[in-house]
Amino acid sequence: MIELQHLEKSFGNHHVLKDVSAIFERGKVNFVIGRSGSGKSVMTKCTVGLFDPDQGRVIYDGRDFTAMNEQDRKVIRQEIGMLFQGSALFDSMTVQENVEFPLRMLSDMSEAERRDRAAACLERVELADASTRFPSECSGGMQKRVGIARAIAMNPKYLFCDEPNSGLDPQTAIVIDNLISDITAEYQITTVVVSHDMNSVMEASDTIHFVHKGCICWHGNREGLLEGGVKELEDFVFASDLMRKIRKTV
Amino acid sequence: MRWMYHIGRYMRLLTKSFRKPEKFSVFKSLLMTELESIGLQSLGIVALLSIFMGAVICLQTAHQIGGWIPIYTIGFTVRQTMILEFSPTLIPVILAGKVGSNIASQIGTMRVTEQIDALDIMGVNSAGYLILPKVVAGVFIVPFLVVLSMVLGVGAGAWIGVTTGLSPLADFEYGMQIDFRVFDVVYALVKTVVFGFILTSVSAYHGYFAEGGALEVGKSSTKAVVWSVVIIMVSNLVLTQMLLN
Repeated sequence: MIELQHLEKSFGNHHVLKDVSAIFERGKVNFVIGRSGSGKSVMTKCTVGLFDPDQGRVIYDGRDFTAMNEQDRKVIRQEIGMLFQGSALFDSMTVQENVEFPLRMLSDMSEAERRDRAAACLERVELADASTRFPSECSGGMQKRVGIARAIAMNPKYLFCDEPNSGLDPQTAIVIDNLISDITAEYQITTVVVSHDMNSVMEASDTIHFVHKGCICWHGNREGLLEGGVKELEDFVFASDLMRKIRKTV
Repeated sequence: MRWMYHIGRYMRLLTKSFRKPEKFSVFKSLLMTELESIGLQSLGIVALLSIFMGAVICLQTAHQIGGWIPIYTIGFTVRQTMILEFSPTLIPVILAGKVGSNIASQIGTMRVTEQIDALDIMGVNSAGYLILPKVVAGVFIVPFLVVLSMVLGVGAGAWIGVTTGLSPLADFEYGMQIDFRVFDVVYALVKTVVFGFILTSVSAYHGYFAEGGALEVGKSSTKAVVWSVVIIMVSNLVLTQMLLN
């Protein structure tokens, strides 16, 4: 479980996060949704330690991440897997080497063990036959799956996904959504997905946090999302004609 | 005050870079790659420039002297120019253009495509992983390139002097040996080590803190070259004053 307690973050005069508190539960896909520029990414970066919040605490299973020094944070960082919006694969390495990388840098595994583990992760995302390719030779969907394989290589307790479906066609997006859901349930990971893709939210979310102008102004589940109740949330969720039609049918 | 901010951030980055590597075997393999990238892949340009500069210095000196100035001055001037200034200063400046822009754009691209964030989130010291091997490689390999440049420059000077008939080989050799001080080579190599450090670390700094997209990576690459050259020139003055006086 990850707890955010009263997070505040500003850049100069721009107050991006305002008293953000949230709980992301273990074994569930926790979505963070909101419009572009609402503060979702800053919140995620504060959670994983890429930014230090001005105030507030981030607690990983009772461990106060914000109060730790770099050395102590390293332990938690090794329990975090992250899938980036652009996949962030290392261009100079093959798919296999990308997945092996965290094992090579952070574990004491032998070369054979690393190879086997990377092969198992690639098998899990159905990319066993792409191991010798370079990221530039993979499609967007494949790159995302390699990103997931790399993220789970170290058996993480926490998985963060930043816009996992951006730039993907609807069918591939569903494959990625299902993969994230399955992996979360299979490994009992605390998964946090940052997205503004309503298809993904309806497909894969267990809990949903809606961020608006730096505040979490609503949280609940899929059913609650369709009921609405908060104007900003309704404006966001029912922006498309399709979602308005779905609401009528519900 | 902006420059103080950059100096502080540069120092913090260096401190972060010079921490103990996570895996020494990985560091060793990265170091080998960088030695090849900075050293071997720069051999051609260093050799080309040094040969032509040595030859041109020989021709220009021969053109300037006459009358009471002895002919062996050609050998002396070629040696002194190559050892004292051209090889130790201009070769690093040229490397700042070739290697520095490469380092800044490589690290800058990794920054804007979130590859550096990926390293940090994994718990890998991104600065140590990306910058330390480059700086160590630069400090070790640039002096070798400079020594090669000295040898090729002086050799080319001798060759052009003899083949054009401007200086007999014996006179050139005599000029090369006259008033030779080993300290001049030591002075040149000390400068080179410092310049190797500057050109790799300053370029890495500009790449590491690149923001935005392709345009900004291009700009950071340009800044890396400009600032490396400026700092090399200022350090050249300071080191020359310190070492020769």
